Formats: sequence, C-alpha cells, structure tokens
Amino acid sequence: MTAKTTVLNLTEEEFVHPGNRACSGCGLSIIYRIALKALGRDTILVVPPSCLTVLQGLYPIAATQLPCLNVTFASTAAAATGVLGALRAQGREKTTVAAWAGDGGTSDIGLQALSGACERGENFIFFCYDNEAYMNTGVQRSGTTPRHVLTTTTPITGKPQKKKDVPAIMAAHGLDYIATASPSYPIDLYDKAKKAKTFTGPRYLHIHTPCPAGWGFSPELSVKIGRIAVETGLFDLYEIENGHFRLTGQSAKMLGKKRVPVKTYFKTQTRFKALTDAHIEEIQQEVDEKWEKYENADHPS
Amino acid sequence: MKKKDAFAQRKSHSEPGPGDGGRTGSWRVLRPILDPEKCIPAKTNKNACYACWIFCPDGVVTKTKLPVIDYEYCKGCGICAEECPAGAITMVEETLLIMEEEK
Amino acid sequence: MYIIESGNVAAAFGVKLAETAVIAAYPITPQTPVTEKLSELVDSGEMNAQYIPVESEHSALAVCIAASSTGSRTFTATSANGLLYMAEQLHWAAGARLPIVMCVVNRGIGAPWTVWNDHQDSISQRDAGWIQLYACDHQQIIDTVIKAYRLAETVSIPVMVCYDGYILSHTYMPFELPDVDTVRKFLPPYAPEYFLDPACPKNLNTVTLPDIRPDVRGDTAPGYMEIRHNLHTDMRRSLDVIIDIEKEFYDTFGRGGHPFIEPYRVNDADYVAVCMGSLSYHLRDVIDKLRNEGIAVGVAGLRVYRPFPDKAIADAFSHKKGLIVFEKALSYGNQGALFADIKAALYAKTDRPFVRNYILGLGGREIKTCELADALRDSCKPSSATTDRPEWIGLKM
Repeated sequence: MTAKTTVLNLTEEEFVHPGNRACSGCGLSIIYRIALKALGRDTILVVPPSCLTVLQGLYPIAATQLPCLNVTFASTAAAATGVLGALRAQGREKTTVAAWAGDGGTSDIGLQALSGACERGENFIFFCYDNEAYMNTGVQRSGTTPRHVLTTTTPITGKPQKKKDVPAIMAAHGLDYIATASPSYPIDLYDKAKKAKTFTGPRYLHIHTPCPAGWGFSPELSVKIGRIAVETGLFDLYEIENGHFRLTGQSAKMLGKKRVPVKTYFKTQTRFKALTDAHIEEIQQEVDEKWEKYENADHPS
Repeated sequence: MKKKDAFAQRKSHSEPGPGDGGRTGSWRVLRPILDPEKCIPAKTNKNACYACWIFCPDGVVTKTKLPVIDYEYCKGCGICAEECPAGAITMVEETLLIMEEEK
Repeated sequence: MYIIESGNVAAAFGVKLAETAVIAAYPITPQTPVTEKLSELVDSGEMNAQYIPVESEHSALAVCIAASSTGSRTFTATSANGLLYMAEQLHWAAGARLPIVMCVVNRGIGAPWTVWNDHQDSISQRDAGWIQLYACDHQQIIDTVIKAYRLAETVSIPVMVCYDGYILSHTYMPFELPDVDTVRKFLPPYAPEYFLDPACPKNLNTVTLPDIRPDVRGDTAPGYMEIRHNLHTDMRRSLDVIIDIEKEFYDTFGRGGHPFIEPYRVNDADYVAVCMGSLSYHLRDVIDKLRNEGIAVGVAGLRVYRPFPDKAIADAFSHKKGLIVFEKALSYGNQGALFADIKAALYAKTDRPFVRNYILGLGGREIKTCELADALRDSCKPSSATTDRPEWIGLKM
C-alpha cells in the first residue's frame, strides 16, 4: 500500500514548461500539469486540435516534455490505437498511451473513433477536458455545453439542449475504469489518473475545466468556480470501477449534507446570463433529484 | 547534422523548451507578492499548505518553505492569491511596481 | 513460385513479404478481400503483424499515421468513398512525411452509388502529397507493393498503389511470388530517423507559423512554407529514386524495368495511346488489330502519376505525331486530369504531337474493344489536332 497522496508528497517534477501560450488562469493548465505528474515520463501523448494544441507549443518549441503526436480532430482515439499497435509490434507495451481531447474532440467529432477504440478494448487512457464549448475557436457550443448557456453559436436565450453525458456513454461501452475530476481537487485528480494507470484496456477520465475567457469570469476564480460546481452538486466527482459507481472526494463528503444552491454557481459566470429564475429552479430540482438517487444508492464504505 | 541530400529535412518536430509563448511574465497586469509573515510554510518553517504551488496553472511557484514565484513566466492570473488560505499573497498593480522599480 | 490468385490476394502477399508490422483496415468493396486475406494471414500466424479492425477509413489512416510515427511499417487499403473519407488524413500523412503504403482498389465515387471501377477516387486525390503508382496486372500489384515500401521509406513520402477494382482485384491470374529472402535484401527493415519515444520526447506536427523561428538551441527552424516546399522538392527528387529502385528490382527479380512508362509497340509508332492501369493491357489487343490495318499506333501505360514524370513523357513522346489519352476519371468542368498534365509536359517542346482526350468506363461502364479501335482510327490521322475538351466513349444518349 502506497502512502496517501497529499500536497506535501506530490512530486515536484514538472512535465510542462512555463512560458506557454495557455491563457492566464487556464483550468486546463492546472489539470494537465497535475495529471502528467501521475502519468510520468514513460508516456506518449496523442492530442487533436484544441486549446491543448496551443498550450503544447508552436513549432519548433514544445511546452510538454513528453513525446506527443498531434493528430486530426476526429482521429484521437484511432491514433492512440495506432501508437499502441506499433508499441505492441516493437515490444514496448510498458509505455503508457494517453489521449487528451477537449469536449468537442471527445463528445462530438471524436466520438466515433473513441467508441471504436473502446469497443476494441485499446489499452489507453482517454482524458476529456471539458470546458463545455469549443474554446480554442472562440466559444462555440458543443455537445457538452450545458442547457441555457450562452456561446457564440447559441440563441440569445442560451443553448436549448441538455449537456451530453459522455461518462455514461463510456460506461455503456463497459470500460473497467471511468472517473470524473476537477482542477479544484488536484489530489483527487492525481489519484484517479494514477489509479487509471493500474488498469488495462480503455480508461476514461472526464475533467471539468473552468475557462475564464469562455465562461466569463476573472482568471483568479478558476479554482473557486470549479469548487462551486462540485459543492452545488452540478458536477460530481465519481469513479465507475468495474461497473461500480462511487462518489469520491468532496462529492462523497457531501452525501447526507446540505448542498450549496446552484444559483451560487450561475452567478459567477456571464455565460449563464440568459438563465431565468424559473430555469434555475428547474435545474435545482434536477440536481436535487440526482442527489436523491445518490443518497438512496448503496455506497461502499 | 543531416546529410545535404537527405530526404525530409524539414518536418514539424518540436523539441521541449520553456518560453514558447515568450516571457509570459509580460502578460501580467497584477503581480502576486508573497508576505512571508503570513505564508504558512514560511512562518512556521515547516512543509505545509503549498496551495499556491499546487494550483498554479503555469508551475511557476516553488514548493519551498518560502515559496518563490518566477516572475519571468508568471502570467499574473491571481489563483495563488485567491487560494492562499492565509491571505499571504497580494495582487499588486504591475505598473505601480515598475514605476517603483524605475525610481 | 507461381500461384494463381486474385489481384487483392496479390496485394496481401506483397504486404506479407514486406513484413508490415501494423495493418489497419475498414471494409469497402472491392478492397475487402485484401483485408480479409491479411486478417487470415495474421490470425494463422503466417504473418507477424498487428491487425487492427477499425471503425472507419478515417481511423484506418489514423492508425497508420500513428503507428508509422511510432516507428512501425504500416499498411491499409481502401476504395472510392473510403479514400475520400480519408482525405484529411491523406494530407496529414504526407505533411508528416510518413512512409505509409496504401492500396487503392480503384472504384467510382457516389453519388449515385456505384461499386464498379473507374479512377475518379485516386485521381481526385492527386494533390494530397502522396506518390501514386498504378499497376496493370497481378504481378505488378505484388511487385509494386514491395517497391512502394522501398520508395516510401527512402523518400519519406506515403505511396498509393492503385489497381482497378474487379478487373484486377477480383480476377484470378498466375503470378510469381517473390522469394522471402530476396525481398528482405531488397527491402531493409524500416528504420525511421525519429519515432515517438519517451527517451527522446518530441512533439510532432505542432502548429507551425507562417514565418521561420528559432528553435530551443537558437538555430533557425523552418516555417510551414519551407516544410511544404521540402515535400514538393522531395516528391520531384523521388522521380530519380523511382528509376533507381526499378533498376534494382529488375536486376534482382528480372521483372519490370519500366519506371514510368510501360510501352507496347511505341518505338516505331506515329501515334500513342496513353492511359493508366489495366486499360493499357486491354489496349494492346486493339493496337495489334490497328497495326494490321496499317495504322502506326502503340500504347503506353503510365505507371507513376504523382510525382508526374513530365520529363520522361516529353522525351518519350514529343517526336510523335499524336497522343490519345484515355481516362477513367475527369476533372469536372474541365478535362481529364492526365490529359491536362500531358499537355503541360509537352508545352515546352516546340515540335510536339497533338493530344486528344477520351473519357470512358466511368462507374464500370463496359469498355468495348471495338469502341477503343474506333476512337483510335478516328484520332490517328495527320489531320487530327489537339482538343481542349474530352470526347466520351460508350456514352449512350
């Protein structure tokens, strides 16, 4: 049994160079930095076009200190498959293959390849950093943009449709390990990435990723807003391990306790400007119903 | 060095290095200033807290008893100040500091 | 050893002899028997490779791009709409300078749906930065696959091996299976200059700026335009490599020897029919017939379409009286792409032949020997002139 991860024993080794092009206060920068600590040096990354492409660096300088293959938007999981195929052919199976895609690259254009790779049982970890819109192209709606949110391609009343539940889609593929995480709970994220490494086959991590520019908040609030999303019960930290669902970290601690009203979260970001009181009431009800199910479910101690 | 007649002499293969985006410290509007009197590890001389280190998006804060911020690359987002439980980091206007430094 | 097999199986045996390590495949008619055969060879242990049954052609090429970037020899095959579904990946593979070999089993493109043969699929992808080789029979298919790997890995450019759907893919012909050890000598193991490796981390195909920029050591690194210019100049330089490889293949295996143009009764011909793929062998019968009628005509099968062997074409044909270009593809709203290219190749020659263009066989329309003969009889006359628009053979309206 290894020691419990704490901020004190978390490795100081960095895998991302400073001076990269990520925006000030970028949520992705936090999760990428923390998760790469868990993945370690013997890792090959696969990245489609996204904010991460910019963060990673422009030729000829790379911000990431790990080998990385930039691939076309729709092909992330298939490209990871190809890396794995070559590693198998060469007897280099020990190397971890990790794909990192945004929510568009995962839930929209990348879903076919991801589904195919999961069905084939490819041995990779797929990280979806979900900033809930196409941020790199200027905040257009994606499949994971929540309902009523304003983007540059939604009506002035906000997105009419609900957020696509990608972890549930992944769960339907029968993956052995699925987890959600948030930059506001870095140790929880680190432990999940570390745990994902102990499984073989496809593993999926879905990470809530606050984006100051796209969500309309001041850069210093990235961590705070991610935290409120969890405390309101809007974004939940959980694992699905061999089919068993379990709330983790802060979300697990919230069982049986009063949650922060969802309104608190919506007030922090301009993208929620189109929300009416009725909408907020409706969402609060949905969150309450979701949590009632959590409360009534059997939870392993 | 590649042979002169080699094929594929030009490919987009990037090598790791800092400062792809230049000295991103120049992006800063506000500069985080750490008060050792308030900072928990600095004050207690014990390894503790390090919220500034773990939450820094750019990895420019050291995990040392007196955390040091690399102003060359710190983008001034202010997450460290926001997350510091001791209120030990203050965001100060860069222009004022530069004027001060130039005096 | 001679065997009797289909063109698709000839391709699969070529891939086996090349000891390809990673194979990705998505089924599309008439390519499927290639992948079925490879699946069988891998499953039976006759071939030591990773066979990855992907969920789309886009992913098939993604697997090849990634496996090649990770240092393995790769293969895929497709046809028609499958090739077009790969379009973005084709450009990616070429821009990343990956020596992928892919068979394109030529088929017409929908809409409307057609599963039958023409060349619109590969010809429409001529500007993707891939080398395009065309085979005329089963022996050429297997030999070209082996040569394609040698070429691709020498010049770091992906290669399409194109052959006619059904006409070659599904017909059975005897062909010689090259000897394993001889192929090994001809085709050394894939040894890329760089492959994805945590011990030497590099970030491949990153965003590249319009202008040049210093790298981590302060040396000037190229911009996007220099990288693309390098692809173009290397494509042009690969014409010489094709000549060398063809010669070495001929010296080793005793077959081939025609790097760009496979001539039939061309030397003493006044007029030359030019085309790609199996049609050039079909035309040989027509040529014999017309020769008996006293028409001095020959046929030239073009083996390489990209890089375009313009100099070889100009040198071979500029002194002829006329060229008649038969094409199973069309640049809609203009003319046959090969026709336009051949005219361009001859432009610098002051004494050049007339060039005429016939479009035929689209979507598998039967190409009748009598129609080919009529077209040549009509064209092979001193009074013929260069046309600016194609004529159509076999059009029933």
